[in-house]
Amino acid sequence: MSTEPPAVPAAPAAPKPIRIAPIVTPDAKTFWDACDREEFIGQKCGDCGQFTFPPRPMCPHCHSLKREEVKLSGYGTVHSWTIPRHPPPFGFREAPIVVVVQLQEGIRMVSNLVGVKPEDVKMDMAVEVAFDDTMNKHKVHVFKPRTA
Amino acid sequence: MSRTFTEAAIAGIGATEFSKESGRSELQLAAECSKSACEDAGIDPRDIDGMITFTIDNSDEIGLARCLGVKDLAYTTRIPGGGAAAAGTIMQAMALVNAGICKNVLIWRAMNERSQYRFGQNPTDMKGYTGGHGTGSLLWCIPFGAMTPASWGALQAARYMHTYGITNADLAHVSVLERKYAATNPKAWFYGKPITVEDHQNSKWIQEPWLRLLDCCQESDGGVAILVTSLERAKDLRQKPVKITGACQSIPYNVEVISNYYHEDLTVMPEAMGTAKRLWAQTGLGPKDMQAAMLYEAFTPHLLMQLEAFGFCGKGQAAAFVKSGALELDGVIPTNTHGGLLGEAYIHGMNSMAEGVRQVRGTAVNQVTQRKVEHVLVSSGMAGAVLSSV
Repeated sequence: MSTEPPAVPAAPAAPKPIRIAPIVTPDAKTFWDACDREEFIGQKCGDCGQFTFPPRPMCPHCHSLKREEVKLSGYGTVHSWTIPRHPPPFGFREAPIVVVVQLQEGIRMVSNLVGVKPEDVKMDMAVEVAFDDTMNKHKVHVFKPRTA
Repeated sequence: MSRTFTEAAIAGIGATEFSKESGRSELQLAAECSKSACEDAGIDPRDIDGMITFTIDNSDEIGLARCLGVKDLAYTTRIPGGGAAAAGTIMQAMALVNAGICKNVLIWRAMNERSQYRFGQNPTDMKGYTGGHGTGSLLWCIPFGAMTPASWGALQAARYMHTYGITNADLAHVSVLERKYAATNPKAWFYGKPITVEDHQNSKWIQEPWLRLLDCCQESDGGVAILVTSLERAKDLRQKPVKITGACQSIPYNVEVISNYYHEDLTVMPEAMGTAKRLWAQTGLGPKDMQAAMLYEAFTPHLLMQLEAFGFCGKGQAAAFVKSGALELDGVIPTNTHGGLLGEAYIHGMNSMAEGVRQVRGTAVNQVTQRKVEHVLVSSGMAGAVLSSV
């Protein structure tokens, strides 16, 4: 049962991601696969050109089935936000800032705001996309204050 | 005989006690409250021919029918949307009676939502995010730590509160009022336990800086049942009939239950506005014709947004409206007079539907007596009904 300890202790590893991996449905697979590559893509209708979120198989505006996956600007504003205090949500060492981001493309999505103290969060503040690791070697989109 | 249009009425209501640990199965709670609703009406449970509950109720129709000895079911259905389904069940029961499909429709909701599982805690499985519950986009929240109804509700309320400068302290007045009503309701979990604004402000943050503990509904064990039949038959039964003058659902484009961030204007509740529009058109009535209202409030801001959607006050004015005493028994629109989901219990909104019935019957413990109760609005946001005296 006993094994020899390594002669030289390994360098301290970065803390393992504890964030829950996204739940991937067939219609959202392209979005999450892109996140894994740190690419932020959105669904645009191949016929009428409108953006939709969450992803879906048919365009609600013209009923086209032509989905185009296009790179999103990654720029948006904080449209709503909250800090879950109780119960502490799974997947975080400190309480996250949960946001609804309004993207330049006119769509909204739930995400986290990172790199900001809770007291500095402001409605409508400008943000840009970044990525964060999850368990099982996946990534999700998060947002940080816009620099450019 | 061919089918004709039949007016519908609520003939019976029933409930178990509301607790934090029922000590029995959810099916037993369902059977007990169903039997009690039938007894209240004076209808033999065996004669139930329609059954309606929420998609997320854990009891099986057949299991419950086997308890009650139901002889010949004509129809069963379930309504999605969690608590948003509450008034939706009344709409469906009304429609079944109207169409002559069923004669005695049982609505039930029974749950051990405190002792067996807790809606207010982090999820232990992903069952609720599968199709059929009207909550499909919740899976877009989970990896970000938004994994409780309060977190989803806070994201929904924050834009409204921010836009109109409503602070958490303003919400205290909703909570204090509901606890005041509960304090005089022996069936309420918080019977005899009123709170102050200070108590509210001293309660812990659940969602900072929007919702404190006392802004959140309870987690409860219990069951509530409602028996719907024809108005004609109800007149011959045990209780004063409560006519379902109108009932409807409304799910406008890009609206969904709770993770409701994709429609255009997050400072309003489009589903409640749609319900209001349809309900007022259906009944020819309006907010001024209601003598009481029972509005679904898993969290205090959602009561404010419904008051505005139904036209009891203007946009952004609900917090001041509540503070002015408008929801008191002698106010503009006495609301959640049983103590609501904060004060009485959280039986997914069905206990509030039952209070609407009691106000029409004149049997509520906190009865509106300042004026004759002719019409009561019951709403669960995505659905609503007007219950009326005959």
